[in-house]
Order: sequence, then structure tokens, then C-alpha cells
Amino acid sequence: MPSTFASSALVPPGLAADLIQIVLCLALLVAIAAPLGVYMAKVFSGELTFFARAERALLAPAGVRPKAEQHWSTYAFSLLAFNAAGFVVLYLVLRAQNLLPLNPRGFAGLPPHLAFDTAVSFVTNTNWQSYGGETTLSNFSQMVGLTTQNFVSAASGMAVAAAVARGLASRQVRSIGNFWTDLVRAILYVLLPLSIVVALALVWLGVPQTLDASATATTLEGAKQTIALGPVASQVAIKQLGTNGGGFFNVNSAHPFENPTAISNLIEWLAILVIPVAFCFTYGRMVGDRRQGRALFVAMGLMLVASIGAIYAAEHAGNPLLAGLVDPAAGNMEGKEVRFGVVGSALWAAATTAASNGSVNAMHDSLTPLGGLVAMLQIQLGEVVFGGVGVGLTGMLLFVVLTVFLAGLMVGRTPEYLGKKIEAREVKLAALTLLIMPIGVLGFAALAIATGHAQTAVQDAGPHGLSELLYAYSSATGNNGSAFAGFGAATPWHDTWLGLAMLLGRFGYIVPILAIAGSLAAKKTTPASAGTFPTHGALFVGLLIATILIVGALTFFPVLALGPIAEQVSILAGHTF
Amino acid sequence: MSKHSPVDIALFAPSILGPAALEAVRKLDPRSLARNPVIFTTAVAATLATVLAIRDGLSGGPTVWVGCQIAAWLWVTVLFANFAEAVAEGRGKARADSFRATRRTARAKVLILPGNRELWEGKDLDRLEPGELILIEAGDTVPTDGEVIEGIASVDESAITGESAPVIRESGGDRSSVTGGTRLVSDWLVVKVTAKPGETFLDRMIALVEGAKRQKTPNEIALDILLAGLTLVFLLVVVTLPFFAAWSGTTIPTVYLVALFVTLIPTTIGGLLSAIGIAGMDRLMKTNAVAKSGRAVEAAGDIDVLLLDKTGTITFGNRMADEFVPSPGFDERDLAEAAWLSSLADDTPEGKSIVELAARRHEFRRDQAPSAASFVPFTAHTRMSGADLADGTVIRKGAVDAVTALTGRAPDPALDAAVRRIASSGGTPIAVARNGTVLGVVHLKDVVKPGIRARFGELRRMGIRTVMITGDNPLTAAAIAAEAGVDDFLAEATPEKKLALIRSEQAEGRLVAMCGDGSNDAPALAQADVGVAMNSGTAAAKEAGNLIDLDNDPTKLIEIVMVGKQLLISRGALTTFSIANDVAKYFAILPALFVAAYPGLAMLDVMRLGSPQSAILSAIVFNALVIVALIPIALKGVHYRPASAAALLSRNLLIYGLGGLVAPFVGIKLIDMLVGLLHLA
Amino acid sequence: MHKILRPALVLLALFTVLTGIAYPLAVTGLAAVLAPQQAGGSLIVRNGTVVGSALIGQSFASERYFHGRPSATTAPDPADPSKTIAAPYDASASAGSNLGPSAAALKEAVARRAAALGPGPAPADLVTASASGLDPDVSPAAALVQVPRVAAARRLDPARLRALVEAHVEEPRFFFGEPRVNVLALNLALDATNP
Repeated sequence: MPSTFASSALVPPGLAADLIQIVLCLALLVAIAAPLGVYMAKVFSGELTFFARAERALLAPAGVRPKAEQHWSTYAFSLLAFNAAGFVVLYLVLRAQNLLPLNPRGFAGLPPHLAFDTAVSFVTNTNWQSYGGETTLSNFSQMVGLTTQNFVSAASGMAVAAAVARGLASRQVRSIGNFWTDLVRAILYVLLPLSIVVALALVWLGVPQTLDASATATTLEGAKQTIALGPVASQVAIKQLGTNGGGFFNVNSAHPFENPTAISNLIEWLAILVIPVAFCFTYGRMVGDRRQGRALFVAMGLMLVASIGAIYAAEHAGNPLLAGLVDPAAGNMEGKEVRFGVVGSALWAAATTAASNGSVNAMHDSLTPLGGLVAMLQIQLGEVVFGGVGVGLTGMLLFVVLTVFLAGLMVGRTPEYLGKKIEAREVKLAALTLLIMPIGVLGFAALAIATGHAQTAVQDAGPHGLSELLYAYSSATGNNGSAFAGFGAATPWHDTWLGLAMLLGRFGYIVPILAIAGSLAAKKTTPASAGTFPTHGALFVGLLIATILIVGALTFFPVLALGPIAEQVSILAGHTF
Repeated sequence: MSKHSPVDIALFAPSILGPAALEAVRKLDPRSLARNPVIFTTAVAATLATVLAIRDGLSGGPTVWVGCQIAAWLWVTVLFANFAEAVAEGRGKARADSFRATRRTARAKVLILPGNRELWEGKDLDRLEPGELILIEAGDTVPTDGEVIEGIASVDESAITGESAPVIRESGGDRSSVTGGTRLVSDWLVVKVTAKPGETFLDRMIALVEGAKRQKTPNEIALDILLAGLTLVFLLVVVTLPFFAAWSGTTIPTVYLVALFVTLIPTTIGGLLSAIGIAGMDRLMKTNAVAKSGRAVEAAGDIDVLLLDKTGTITFGNRMADEFVPSPGFDERDLAEAAWLSSLADDTPEGKSIVELAARRHEFRRDQAPSAASFVPFTAHTRMSGADLADGTVIRKGAVDAVTALTGRAPDPALDAAVRRIASSGGTPIAVARNGTVLGVVHLKDVVKPGIRARFGELRRMGIRTVMITGDNPLTAAAIAAEAGVDDFLAEATPEKKLALIRSEQAEGRLVAMCGDGSNDAPALAQADVGVAMNSGTAAAKEAGNLIDLDNDPTKLIEIVMVGKQLLISRGALTTFSIANDVAKYFAILPALFVAAYPGLAMLDVMRLGSPQSAILSAIVFNALVIVALIPIALKGVHYRPASAAALLSRNLLIYGLGGLVAPFVGIKLIDMLVGLLHLA
Repeated sequence: MHKILRPALVLLALFTVLTGIAYPLAVTGLAAVLAPQQAGGSLIVRNGTVVGSALIGQSFASERYFHGRPSATTAPDPADPSKTIAAPYDASASAGSNLGPSAAALKEAVARRAAALGPGPAPADLVTASASGLDPDVSPAAALVQVPRVAAARRLDPARLRALVEAHVEEPRFFFGEPRVNVLALNLALDATNP
């Protein structure tokens, strides 16, 4: 019967319709991100002043002179102090939520390891959820604790990018801007206005926004259904825009209340990527050479398109084990929602792992092996395919430093980027960051196996279990926050080590890149000549992509072979676990 | 000019290979290995593999035969890397020996009383202090570097420069420095010692080419750091792998992990890195220039602006006749003949060039000249020279105003226009008069050296801007600059102006190179990022520069730039090659390690290798052999042709990136077939 | 130290007020004015009682109703709180199955559900667990495949029932999304026409 249906008027959208969706999404993304990037460049250069009074109102009590320039080390130290303070407050709020107001469902305080993990997770912009939102956290915790950190952790990342761009643009100066000013501007001019717009649009499309905790319904079959509610829209808006990803509900943006329609799905998808993409354009403007920003945009964009294509192809092909049991037309629907289908889920899976967002609209654990591999690999590459707000760009710049170094040697000149000589100090700092993903993913995951904690946490046997473990530690180190959710991470061991991985993956990148920015800011700028190879051409873009892929592949190919690749060959051979 | 290029040593001369092989073994000393982190790590891995092989041998483990071979090949890898370094050092040493042979004197004649050449005492060279006055007499070898205080002598500097013609050294001026190791051919000199014992030019050259004191250059340090970082990444990959393998229900023999580790870490570039550096210095020596440090050579590859003196570099030292411009009513041939006749006995370069031009244009031959002619030499007073012929004809040539004054008439307006045209184009007009009638003028001009324009074109393609430095007025300078094809010029240059120009270029972030010889060049040489001092120049200039050109050839800078670039390119290209190799090694080794756990992973074995053991062995053998295969490239340097950076990058990426990706697939497969044939695994 | 600690603490406090309290409250206030129905959870009231949310699926087991997708939500086992039992469409604890593609349990579950639907390949969404466990929709194919069963249970003309289903198919808007049928809306319409 279904097969006869396929020929009726209600044909499920085929490949062409899916491609149209993908192309439209990408086109809309660029159309919004490019002007936003220009706007942000003006914001961080201090050209815009319409919130100047609010800016002063925030900075004056803090004792900050808005234009007081900071040395990179002061800048970094300010950021660390601010995030440390945020961590302490959030930890205490989570531990003591039973004593705090706005706890209509009477949730208990979180145990220490879970509070640690969650606090680290939100401060580092990871938003790994060891907890189930609607079953663990009070409205107070969600709003005051998490929503605040959603804003300020994102703004911290944006500040880093602004400071780095400033450092590259300046000549022979000792400072890279003022962290407090950048922080305040990121929130006032960018995150807050965009969040309000997106939140209201989402409410209009059906996302709840209420202080009620739940509603009770009597179903058509007479059962009681408790429907969890809350101030969902306001949190969803900032979790997407700030590449935080921590959902109000356990299943995140797969929940019909977080993401009720295909249009809300589109808006949220755009919100995930728009600021990271815009930062390419912001960067180009701030360093005074828009081609440089465009080159990074093209490099990241090509990788994103490849990821979307690969995940879509894998999910569309479906699960070979189920061939014959299900109609293959719809693809792999386990863990997906009907309103998004394969194409909406693939677009999202690619975007959320590219942009270090971590919200999901389909269960990544149930992705096909190759679809899951692509998602995991995007994280393991260091979250540089647009990446987290601000930090994605700066992470990419670390790869640029390495690529420029190799390329510079190959043209017989001390390597230069934007006229700045890349020397031992910069290479040392960039090479140091190459160690972060292997330590956080391979080191910590191996430790979990060695101590036996991995074996008890995974849901699935065989290679897929290894994928769950690797995905968890990749997600934490990459500050992504999505999960192969079958992995039972809510144990003291994993909460602790995942927390450490998040800290490593956040500040292990931020501090070196700020140091590089400081070091480059102090250097002279050599004017370009025919002897400097252009860092805005197709050749450089290709080389940059190749460097990223080769570093990532060489680091993770062995474990990917034992995880998703082994699972794929097993499935093809008809094995289950 | 007779010149010998410094000892050219065949790439694989047996005289070097033999000792190098011995030296490779001697370099197994851990203290020596520790200088190179990647190779040191390889040696540690080799030791571990050896211990494992012995243990398996005693306990009869299953992998003992392959394990022994792996251990052996790991040691071979280390030895090959040592060998590459030893070969490069051996070449340097051979060159150093030829320098050392020139230092024949062990004692110097130190004057007891300044001013009295009769009273001196013999003193050992190693006790000679700077500031002491020494006497050098004909036949003596100059014992150390110094500055001439008194006397004039001709000095044979061939031991250092290869230039066989003796040069004059005298006190004062720009020819006052003497170099240890050269020999006085005539007369005597009193010289003030300027170098401490063991720090003479010759000592420094020897140390440099031997690589003994070779300090790592900035880019080399940065590359070392990157390689160390990659090594750590792969250490993490390999150390954690047993846990993931255990998860997958398989165990990997430790010796295989060691093999995987060594094939992944950048042994190729790690093993060749110091050889590349030493060979780069060696190549510089071959151009007959000496760098005071490796840093200077690297900086030469980076320069953006090249300051070149006009005279001697861009133009020949002297002005030369370029055309005959007759007065109205006179024939060019007539003018040429008069000019020719008046110059036949003129030995100045200008006079010779007039004879040459006349001969070339109008085929006057010396044997056609009238025999009885008396030559009137140039004097500052008359500003003319000429000839009085036997038939009474009086010919004069010289400054236009002086010659026209001779005629007693106002100059012809047409001729006047020609004179102005010549002057404005940067040339010098020489009027020629016969019997009181001005026949016309000869256009003397600065002649740009042939081929120089093309060289500047090359530099431009490399992104280097050339600036001509000249004492000429701006008009003349502009004309010559246009003809020579330089990008810019500094006219009416003074040492201060030169220094200011360098500073302003540097303020804009550019790296500046210049060459000079005089004492007044010293500040500019010191200020420039790359300063090439002429070996014939003053001690001050030589002290200020960071490179010394033994040929005194100002265009040498161009070659030095190329050597500097080639050095960096060799490092970059082999690094890329080394890293790209890893992809194939994964495809060889990983299926071999994992196929027991998941038979389906055999599909990753794209090379279809004989057996898991053979795959691992082949990868490790390839890894060792590739070092040896690349030694020639490391020593000769990667081929370099001036081109834009973008063109160079795509070319080198194609060869070393793509080549590095593909080559090991082929190499490992071939070795695997051989391993299968020989039943080694 | 003071120079850094003071702005850190002061700005954290100010942003907590601004973004943690003022922002969500402002959005809540605006939402209550602009779109109260959606802000409150798009609840559906029939005859004075809330029967569910238009956006949240609910469990249908009766032959008289169209069924939604398999739901993996669970609830604590009343007998042993450390364990969980299946509690489909628990809208207070969303969850997916998280079964990996190579899981034997996945293949068994799909095979079991497909067998229940009868011979031939089943519509994929009707035999696989949704991501949220609360998916309100099924594909048109999944709705149509249930027409004979529901028609039989309600003694309706299958053709009329099919027409009802087709009337409830929501097509993609502006190229975005997949065609879908809201199961609760369909069943409400079904109850309305055939109480």
C-alpha cells in the first residue's frame, strides 16, 4: 500500500526539493550574515554609539573606562576572571536551586559533580547537558543561571574574536582593546537585540513563553498528559544565536515546543550559523582587507557544504539493516522528527556540529555511521567550520598560522600573514593548541576505558559504543555540547572529566590565540609584494582546508576506523551488536 | 679576471661518504641525538623495539621475526638521518680544510715601539691581542685580521677570494683592511690587529662551514617546534590506541605500535633538517660569499628592498662613447675620424671607448692611423686633450665650453640643442674640433651592464624592489634608472641620505638589503637588515655587514637572496612531503592492525598488501629509505627559479604535497612485493 | 587584582539582571500580549477541558484512532525507582531512543512494528522512534496506511476517511519542511465527524 501511495499526488519531496531547501538555507544565511558582519565590525570598532548611554551605565559601576586599552595578558586575565566568577555563581545557583525562588515543580539542588559539569558547560559555551532540562532544573536556574551564561559566554567568545582582529590590524602597539567594553558591546548591540527578535518570532510560531511550569491535558484516550512549559522561547533564541545549544528540554530542538515547524527550524538554523558566519565579514573589515574575511568564509563554507552533503547522503540512503522492513524513500527516520525529515535534520546536524552549537533536532546517536562520523569529525577538526561565536574564527586563525607557516617556507620567505611575520613564538602557541583535541578526546576517552568507566556508560555494544564515548569527549573538548545521547554521562567520573575537557577546549584555545594577537599587534606590518603569497586566493583556501583535514584525519583516523567506519562495514555485512 | 670557484665537491664524493658513514654511527651518542627531537624520539622508539624483540626472542613471542626486522629498520632510520647530517657536515669540513691550509703562520712580528719597524718580537698567534701593531713583510702570510697603519703593499688574496691578481693595501681610505691568511707579495705593512685570537674572518668562516657553532636560524627553530608538536600529537594517537583496540576486542603488539609511531612522526624532515641548513651555508660559500650567521642568509630570502650602487653594479664603472653627433654641415664619419684620431693615444676608458665606437661604426683600423702624430694629454687647466698630426691638423676634444672657446665663435644653435639633449639624458657631451672648427660632439654615457635589466625583472617577480643609489644629479639618475629598469633611485646620495632611506623603508615594515665597501657605508650596512660588505672594503664596513662578498661583486646580493629562499623552500617542501606521507602509511598499517577486530576494515587496505606483517614492515622500510632518497635534494636544495610567491607555492605544493601523498602508496606497495618475494614477513 | 575583580563581579551581577531576569520577563510580557495562545503552549480545549497541545503528540493505542510514531519516553518504574518503564508521549520528559544504527534492539523493534502493520515495507516514520518522543506528526503515507484499520474500527467508508486524511496533510511552506499529518488534529476531526 505505501508503494502505491508513492505515486499519488502527495509525493514526498524528492531530491530536487531537498536540494532547493539546502540552497535556500545557505543563500538566506549569507544574505543575513554579510550585513550583520559589517554591523558587528562597526560595533567592535566603536563606530556605533546609539547604546552609548547603556554602555556607560554598565561600565561605570564596574569602574571601567571604556577606552582603556589592555595588554593581551590583561585582556585574557579579565576574561578568565569574569568566566571564573560566572562559574562560581552558576555552580552555587544549581546546588541551591531548591532554596531559590521560581521552582514550581520543586526540583532538588544538583549533586556536586552535576553542578560542576553543568556550570563548566555553560561558562565554556559548550552547554553539554548531563541533566534533562525539564526534569531537573527550576525556572530560576534556567533563567538566571543558564540564560545569563548563554549571553555572557557567547559575548566572551565574540570579544576574543574582536580583540584578535584588532591585534592583526594594528601595528606596533602593546594593546588589543578592552575586554569589558567588548563584552558589553557584544551583548548590547548584537546578542540582546537579535535574541528579542528571534524569541518573539519563535513564540509566534508556537514556542511557549510562560512562567507556568506545565499544563495538564486529558488525552483523547482519557489519559493524563503533563505538558512541560516554561520561558522557552527566550532561552532557545539565545542558545542558538550564542552557539550555546543547551536546550530547555531534554531532547533540545527536536522537542516540538522548542522547534514546532519547518519555519521555526529554518529560523533557528539561521540563528545557529549567522553570527559565526558574520564574523568572517567582521574580521575582513576589521583587518582592513575584506578579501581575507571572504577567504576564511569560503574555506569554512566549502567544508560546511561538504558536511551537509555527506550527512544528507548518508541519512537519505538509510540504514541497510532495515532494508526490506521499511520503505527506503524516507531514509533513516529513527531519532528524527517528521516535520524536519532527513533534509532538515541533515542541515541541522551539519550546522550544529560545525558551529559548536550542540543543539540537535534529531538524535545524533541514531544517525547512520557515516552521518555520525561527519558530525563527529567536524567537532574533532577543532570547531573551525564557522565554529562557536568568535572562537570559531579565532580557532580557524590558529590553523591559518600553521598553514601560512608551511606555505611561507615553501615560497622561500619568512611566513607572513596580513604583513605580520609568523615566527617561533606564534608557531609555538599554535602548535600547542594542536594538542588540545588529541588530549581531550583520545587521552580522556582512553582514560575512561582504562578505568572501566566508559564500558558502564555506553548504551550500545560494539563499535557504536566506542562512537558514543568518542562523541562525548569530542563534544566536550570542542565545546559543542551535542551528544550521542545514549551515553550515560551523568556519573561523577564523566561529569568531572568532561568538565575538564570543556575547560581545556575553551581556555586552551582562547589564551594562546590572545597571546598570538598580542604578539602580532606588537609587530611591524610588511607591505605585500609579489614575494608574499596571497592569503585570499583559491590556492590558500585549498591549502587551508587541506591542512585542517590532514591534521584532523591524521589525529582521528585510527579511532574513527574503530568506531563509525567499523560500524559501517559491520552493517554492510549484516552484523548487529 | 681569473677566478677559481671555491672547491666544488661532488655530491657523493667517496672521500666524504666514507667518513660520513662512520660519523653516522658516532652520532648515536644520546647527547648528539638530543639536538634533534624527532630523531631522538626515533632512537628511543628503536631502543624500545630492540628490547621488545629481545624479550620476544627469549620468550618465543609470535612477532619475534618481524619484531627484529622492525627494530633493525628503526635503527637504520636513525642512522640514515645521522648520515644525512654527516654528509652535509663532511662537505663543510672539506671546505674548511682548504681554508685551514692557508693559515700557515703560527707567529706574528709584534712591534715593540710604535713607529720603529726594526724592533719586533715574535709572538704566538693565539696570544695576539687586538690593538697590537704587527709588521708584515713581503712573502709573509698575514697572520690575522687588521687595519693598515703604515705602508703600502700588494697582497695576494687568492687563498680567500680565489682572485689571482694581487690587490693593493695601504693605510687610510677604503683599502686599509687585511685579512688573515692572505699573503704579501711585495713591500711591507704595519697593521693594527683588529680580531681576537680565534675570531678572525678565517676562523669564523671555518667554524661556519664546519657547522660546529651552527646556531639554529629563527625559521628553523619555529619549524622544530611545529615538528615537536606533531610528534606529541602522534604520541598521543599511538599511546591511546591500545585502549581503543582493547575496546574493539583486539590487542596490538607493542612493537607494531612503535612502528606506527615512527612512521607517523615527521622523521623525513626531522632527519634532513640539519643537513638542509648546513648545505645551505655550503651553497652560499659556493657563490663565494660568507655569512656571519645563518640568520643573515634566511633574512636575505625575506628582503623587500635592495639598495644597489649605480657605479660598478648597474653600470660599468666608466662612461663610454655611445654616438657621434655632427654639427650641421659635417659628416658623422668626419667627426668620428677626428675623434678617433684624437683618442688613439688616449689611455683613459673614455678615450678607449671612443676608439672602439669609431672602429665599430666606421671601421677605422689602428693600422690606418697616420704614423707621426703627437698626442696632447688632458690637463685640468685646458680640460681638453687631442692630437697634432704630421700634416699640421690640430684636433682637440674635451668639455664643450672649453672646445667652443677655442673656436672663438658662438656655438651653432643646432649643436647646442644636441649638447643639451645629451646632458639632460644623463650623458656627457664631448666636443671635437678640427683646426678650430667644431665638428660635433661625442655622446659619452653611463652604459648599463648587459643583462642587468633582466635580473631586475627577476627580482621584481620575486617581489623585491630595487633602488639605485648614485651621486649623480636627479636628471641623470632618472635616465639611468629608466634604462636599467630599477624601480626607484636615490640621487645625489650621501651616507646620511642612504641611512635615512633605509630607515624610512624599515619604518614601513620592509626588510632592506644593501651592499657597500667604504667606511662611510658602515652605518648603512649596520642599519640594513642584510648588509653585504665587499671583501676589498674597509674593516669597518666588513664589521658592520652581516655577509661578506669575496668577489667584490655587488650583484652577488641577488644570488644570496636566491640561496636564502632556496633554504627555506627546501625546509618547507620536505616538511610538506613528510606530513603528506602519513596518509599512505595509515592506509598501510591501520588495516593490518584492525583487521582482526573487524574483518570488514580490510577494505581500507587500498594497496592490497601481502600480509599485515608485510604491510607494517614495508611502511617502516619505506620510511627509512625515503630519508636516503631525499639526501640529494636536501644537499642541493629544492629547485628554485625566480617567480611570484603564488606560482612557487602551487608548483611546490604539486610536487611535494601531492607527490608526498602519492609517492608512499607506490613505494610501500613495491617494498611489500619485495618483502613477499624474499619471504621476510 | 581589584582592577579586574571588580568589573568581573559587577558586570556579572548587572548581566544577570539584564539577560537573566529582564530579558526573559520582557519576552514573556510581550509574548503574553502578542501571541498568548502560542505562549501558553498552543493548548487545545474541547468542551472546556484541555485535551492536549496542538504541537505535542499523544499516545494513541485504540484501533479507532490514527496512531502516532513510536515514542521512547520513559517514566520511573513505580516498583523500582532506579529503573524506568516505557511511558510513551510523556510530555514532561522528552526522550529519543538513542539506538545506534547497528543496535540489534533497533532492528528487532522495527521488525516487530513493521510486522504489526502487515506485509510489505512499512512507512519509515511509523516504525521508528521519533527524536523527541513527542512527535505530533506522521507522514501522509503513515496516516494512509492506517486508513483500513481505522475505517474498519469505526465502520467508515475508507474512501471518505482517506479524503479526511488528505485534507489534513500540511504541505511544505516556502519549500521548507516535509508533508505531514498532525495526528491529534486528525483524530479530533475524526471524533468530530464520527463521535
